Amino acid sequence: MTMAFISSGYNPAKPMENRITDIGPRHFEEFYPPVIKKNKGKWLYHEILEPGVLVHVAESGDEVYTVRVGGCRIMSVTHIREICEIADKHCDGHLRFTTRNNIEFMVDSKEKVEPLKKDLASRKFDGGSFKFPIGGTGAGVTNIVHTQGWIHCHTPATDASGPVKATMDVLFDDFQNMRLPAQMRVSLACCLNMCGAVHCSDIAILGYHRKPPLMDHEYLDKMCEIPLAIASCPTAALKPGKVELEDGTKVKSIIVNEPRCMFCGNCYTMCPSMPLADDVGDGIVIMVGGKVSNRISAPKFSKVVVAFLPNEMPRWPQTTDCIKKIIEAYAAGANKYERVGEWAERIGWERFFEKCELEFTHHLIDDFRDPAYSTWRQTTQFKF
Amino acid sequence: MAKHETPLLDQLESGPWPSFVSDLKQEAESRAKNEKGVEYQIPVDVCEDLLGVLELSFKHGRTHWKHGGIVGVFGYGGGVIGRYCDQPEMFPGVAHFHTMRVSQPAGKFYTAEYLRQLCDLWDRRGSGITNMHGSTGDIIFLGTTTPQLEEIFWELGHNLKQDLGGSGSNLRTPSDCVGQARCEWACFDTQALCHDLTVEYQDELHRPAFPYKFKFKFDGCPNCCVASIARADLAFVGTWRDDIGIDQEAVAAYMGGELPPNGGAHAGRDWGPFDIQKEVIDLCPTKCMWLEDGKLKIDNRECTRCMHCINVMPRALRIGNDRGCSILAGAKAPILDGAQMGSLIVPFIKVEEPYDEIKETVIEPIWDWWMEEGKNRERLGELMKRQGFQKLLEVTGFKPDPRMVQEPRTNPYIFWKEEEVEGGFDRDINEFRKHHLR
Repeated sequence: MTMAFISSGYNPAKPMENRITDIGPRHFEEFYPPVIKKNKGKWLYHEILEPGVLVHVAESGDEVYTVRVGGCRIMSVTHIREICEIADKHCDGHLRFTTRNNIEFMVDSKEKVEPLKKDLASRKFDGGSFKFPIGGTGAGVTNIVHTQGWIHCHTPATDASGPVKATMDVLFDDFQNMRLPAQMRVSLACCLNMCGAVHCSDIAILGYHRKPPLMDHEYLDKMCEIPLAIASCPTAALKPGKVELEDGTKVKSIIVNEPRCMFCGNCYTMCPSMPLADDVGDGIVIMVGGKVSNRISAPKFSKVVVAFLPNEMPRWPQTTDCIKKIIEAYAAGANKYERVGEWAERIGWERFFEKCELEFTHHLIDDFRDPAYSTWRQTTQFKF
Repeated sequence: MAKHETPLLDQLESGPWPSFVSDLKQEAESRAKNEKGVEYQIPVDVCEDLLGVLELSFKHGRTHWKHGGIVGVFGYGGGVIGRYCDQPEMFPGVAHFHTMRVSQPAGKFYTAEYLRQLCDLWDRRGSGITNMHGSTGDIIFLGTTTPQLEEIFWELGHNLKQDLGGSGSNLRTPSDCVGQARCEWACFDTQALCHDLTVEYQDELHRPAFPYKFKFKFDGCPNCCVASIARADLAFVGTWRDDIGIDQEAVAAYMGGELPPNGGAHAGRDWGPFDIQKEVIDLCPTKCMWLEDGKLKIDNRECTRCMHCINVMPRALRIGNDRGCSILAGAKAPILDGAQMGSLIVPFIKVEEPYDEIKETVIEPIWDWWMEEGKNRERLGELMKRQGFQKLLEVTGFKPDPRMVQEPRTNPYIFWKEEEVEGGFDRDINEFRKHHLR
């Protein structure tokens, strides 16, 4: 059911007529709250007054109070309009979003904080969940950055919004508390294309395929450029070949050297006749110990600590249990200011597996090209 | 009455975290009721079909979206991602479900007024479902039909003074941290640089001329809140060259327990009284700090600006005043040859309008090299790996600097160039043999 077509003014017969292109985004200064515009570049210090509430103090003596709330990255216009209503009511119509999909409501005096907080905390969806949970600051768990998953992507090995909702429900107390040794950045990418920065997260939830592409030989040559698909394979597992179909006709297609396949799905990106998705083959890899900050130690990549957990709809219990277990072990064992990766390096990865009660399997030993060599133990210093 | 039964998704409505399922349902209901009399230009039941197809994926453990087709707006090669459902008869409302990327304002500050205009447009001409925001930073309009693409683009440009973002083998929409707008640690105006480069390079952002995607990200300080160092082909990370400012009275206040360490970030647990020796001085990676007569001293020449001491005592310590940024090149996620962190190509550069030095000595020479030498779907970092860091120096003309490496090479296999070796490579074998018999 669609209503009558309404033209915007665009004339398909003359696409260049009055066309506006290359104007870029709106200028950021249009959107600054007055207190931000006035004090930009002149902030003296900040303090987290309680989980989710920050104050920034400027040289002028002005203060801006920020209340941070978790947001789903997927968001309806109805929900955005509610955000606008809150911004109008409390913040003179201004707000911002953070890199990690949080929403920040800013007010210019302390008296405005409590009514704003009360309003935010009172709003719930019909199903019972908070619309605007306050938190995500300091030494706690902040919002999970994530990708599209089954809601909109063609290559995922898991969903995104579903496992994120399930995980944040389990970690919710740590979103609203600051009891951890340092900040805990959890991220999810639904395939190893990694549209988010999950490769440098304290805990990364990564969708991964485990079965080689399913070959649609009958259609492949019609749908795909065979040389492009072959060239896309990072392990040279693909070669051109003739295949006999069930009816006896021979077609040009691609042959997969299956033991060479690392299930990256790059071929499928180039050729839709090679899908990898599988209900049993697909699932989740847990990676741990990455960070992007230069604080104390250099930025680090996350390391694979669980090679595979199954997709368990709708709440992925093995994945959320595993994450909870890692966070509890970290909370109990790490020093103040120590990120997960720094903790694991200090105590040693052998101890990390023991503390987190994770099984170390052969899958976790790197065998992918040159950099693998330097990850093997090349010293007699290790712990029993 | 819901169009499709969603018993699995319904289980994601409980629990404290905001439920995207509840939100999708409220949008489905709002469209069905249409209390405002919106003239919907795509199927009214699009959200119900979106819930339906997602439920089917939860049942099957597989996605139901097909490869993108080639759709877009006239003259642009990016900003629109084609998407089709592989069960169009079951879910006609999402049979075509294309994404549009809308270039977000730097810093992601908004007015309610502007967001409402976006909502009104997307309500009428799309699914009413967005991402605030996509991973790269864009505002994402999630799901519309092909005939609406030009109409939406027209309304964006004419009514909202707003352009699309990047996708495909283009410059992707640059993004930045909150920066000087609300952070005392920002060493340059991330919003100003982000916006300027976004506008300057609109052609590169909209028309695919690159081997693959290219990302700029701007972090105001080495805390790297937008992860530029891990994600951006060119990462701009704020830094300074002079001394950290010290307010000794505030240092004393931290030591005396009057101010909460780390801006109160650890308030959820009793970590005991603040110990400046243990929590700051001993954790300094270069051990360039000490206490002398109760005062904090810093040997600034030895400081590597990791931010730890400043993070712990924000009221006592300040970033230096000779500010600019470091530029790191080549970061990317693992696909295909493994993840790469950015490598330092410019230790320090001033960030001053109109940013000509950044554009002309860094960005453009690197693009020229990558466009000339890069293979199809080869990121800058992979080209750097294939042709070497020395090649990057050659194309930019930057002088080699020990700051650019973690350590010098451990092999002596140097590719000496002929002009570097006295007398060149042209020699006479007969002359050689006069002294060395065969």
